[in-house]
Amino acid sequence: MLDKAFYEKADEILSAHKKGKESLIPILQDIQAVYRYIPRELLSYVAGKIGITEAKAYSVATFYENFSFDQKGKYVIKVCDGTACHVRRSNLILERIHNELDLPDGKNTTDDMLFTVETVSCLGACGLAPVMTVNDEVHPAMTPDKVTETIKKIKEAENE
Amino acid sequence: MNKLKTRKDLTDIRAQAQKRIADIGCRILICAGTGCLAGGSQKIYEKMCELCGKSPGAEIVFSPEAAHDTHTTDVQKSGCHGFCEMGPLVRIEPYNYLYIKVKPEDCEEIYNTTVIGGKPVERLLYSIDGVKYPAQEDIPFYAGQMRLVLKNCGRIGAEHIEEALAFDGYKALEKALFTMTPEEVVNVIYDSGLRGRGGGGFQTGYKWKQVARQPEKIRYVVCNGDEGDPGAFMDRSVMEGDPHKMLEGMIIAGYAVGASEGYIYVRAEYPLAVSRLKTAISQAMDAGLLGDDILGTGFSFRIHINKGAGAFVCGEGSALTASIEGERGMPRTKPPRTVEQGLFGKPTVLNNVETYANVPMIIQNGSDWFHSIGTEKSPGTKAFAVTGSINNTGLIEVPMGTTLREIIYDIGGGIKGGKKFKAVQIGGPSGGCLISTDLDDPLDFDSLSRKGAMIGSGGLVVMDEDTCMVEVARFFMNFTQNESCGKCVPCREGTMRMLEILEDIVHGRGTEDQLALLEELGNAIKDTALCGLGKSASLPVLSTLKVFRDEYLEHVRDKKCRTGTCKALSSYVISPSLCRGCSKCARNCPVGAITGELRSPYTIDQSKCIKCGACAGNCAFGAISLA
Repeated sequence: MLDKAFYEKADEILSAHKKGKESLIPILQDIQAVYRYIPRELLSYVAGKIGITEAKAYSVATFYENFSFDQKGKYVIKVCDGTACHVRRSNLILERIHNELDLPDGKNTTDDMLFTVETVSCLGACGLAPVMTVNDEVHPAMTPDKVTETIKKIKEAENE
Repeated sequence: MNKLKTRKDLTDIRAQAQKRIADIGCRILICAGTGCLAGGSQKIYEKMCELCGKSPGAEIVFSPEAAHDTHTTDVQKSGCHGFCEMGPLVRIEPYNYLYIKVKPEDCEEIYNTTVIGGKPVERLLYSIDGVKYPAQEDIPFYAGQMRLVLKNCGRIGAEHIEEALAFDGYKALEKALFTMTPEEVVNVIYDSGLRGRGGGGFQTGYKWKQVARQPEKIRYVVCNGDEGDPGAFMDRSVMEGDPHKMLEGMIIAGYAVGASEGYIYVRAEYPLAVSRLKTAISQAMDAGLLGDDILGTGFSFRIHINKGAGAFVCGEGSALTASIEGERGMPRTKPPRTVEQGLFGKPTVLNNVETYANVPMIIQNGSDWFHSIGTEKSPGTKAFAVTGSINNTGLIEVPMGTTLREIIYDIGGGIKGGKKFKAVQIGGPSGGCLISTDLDDPLDFDSLSRKGAMIGSGGLVVMDEDTCMVEVARFFMNFTQNESCGKCVPCREGTMRMLEILEDIVHGRGTEDQLALLEELGNAIKDTALCGLGKSASLPVLSTLKVFRDEYLEHVRDKKCRTGTCKALSSYVISPSLCRGCSKCARNCPVGAITGELRSPYTIDQSKCIKCGACAGNCAFGAISLA
């Protein structure tokens, strides 16, 4: 059972939207903006409140790649693998991040819940390829060594 | 801003906005597009504001108290200037100096030398081949362009409606509302021959006509800002740099087809575009250019923003409207078409960002003017995002019919590192490849579709001799396969099979028979898939198979990748002359494939090697390479 605070937050978000199925995606986006993931209980709760079935809400939420039911790390690193970044070797950036964070294949979040690593298909900053973002802050013209430096800085800031 | 209630209110406020600009002695425009912001332009903006005695983000006021002398300098955050490679960019008017790669430390010198002294800071100017270019317009990157849609991007403050008004913003809306009937507006767009800039190249005016004549009276205007093609960012730049132009286009569309509500569907990956649009919409609402009874004409129009949630297929019309309705973003069979039954089952005008941004200038200047630009069947200009292996990456706008050579060599400054041009991938995952023999052919909708490519949304990714075309085809197939929504079998299963074959080929397991199978599958998917995503999914493969067949053959026959990109087809070797026998590689090798004796050259057992590259990355003598 989720803490009461989650439902209160959900009520607050719900009150800013119209009741109806077209509000589902915006509401889920708002919830995710707060928690960086969607607690499953809240999906059912929201479905009931806006008058759609749980199954329907689940089918929509799982269709879109941006929605996640898994908790994410405090820092979400997105590595762009759009065409421009790909031809400028974004795979080396991703490789280095996985090495630095000691993440095996198929695992995206570190055990200490500090980092989540994702790839995105294009951030639209192709002029600065290869690009990655840390919590939506754009880091342009990345190199593997800049990755090491960036991660080191975040870890140091966290330890202070 | 006070609400504008009449046409005169609008012309008065525009006159004030223009006077304000005219009174400014020196205007500093700092690029605040995504690229330059990432390069630190916010700090430059703040520093410049401090030097000029302005408060960052201050509202623009026209009150008499804001006397002229306080207006001698003006600092604005503008949209993308397009020359992203050289960012952060700062433009200074009236001199039109463009400073490149500016750092916050440079601000003081800029202030003293240029703002106070009126002289350029030489070291911040763009120079090439020993020539310095003080004025932005003379730089070869800009000189070869024709910026109409992007005219104001980089020239106006992107967060103030007063700036847009001073640069003729909402002038076309004024003309449409007060001097034209809705039918006349539709006819001008129809006669202009404007074609959709989002990919399909369908006649915009034809869509508007269709919607306008539907019996159903509730209609919608929808803007597709779901710019999902990897390597494309022109719509983002318009939304970030000149949001009012696009809103104006949508409002005019609403007036023309009798709609009172509009929706903008923007990718969630574009947070800055979303926030600039929100600002612009609330400013237009406050000014009375959106909302009820616009300028006292009785015409009402509202615009909502919907954020995408990470599904490429939502760039397809019926999937996009489904997503706004709160459904899974899956395309449906047509007919009925979107113009008959689109959003919420009502007649809907659906165009993309760049298309709407073309509307105001067509209304202003007329359809004949529009026909004077571009080619006969593809009038107007097109914005392209030029990226990849090219010297001047960035955003450009040229008349339709411009050749690839002009774009790559004159504007783009040629191939990076003096390498050899190999191909241009145009239109992203739905597009195809153009090669050196296509360099001198004019680019427009029809010439490209004849070549099996398409203009798509306008992403141009330049590739040099080091790019493996088979790997590029695999990359795009992987993208579309991932993004296939799964509704129709040809796309769901077909792209999967094609991807498997391409994986085989790049991993050295491919056979010559598979090439024929790839072609057969590709054509079948093209003919039978439900929506545009599926129909064009195989184009990158079919196009590379045609143009670069020899490379495919090398991969399957000789098990060779000439660029060394496909690791499975090349092997790591230790150069005996460079190896000092330190044993580091042998200790690093995770599979024990490297053996040897200390102080004599080591060797790699190719049958054990998994090509992880751990040896090469750690060799202190550079003795290990991929061959």
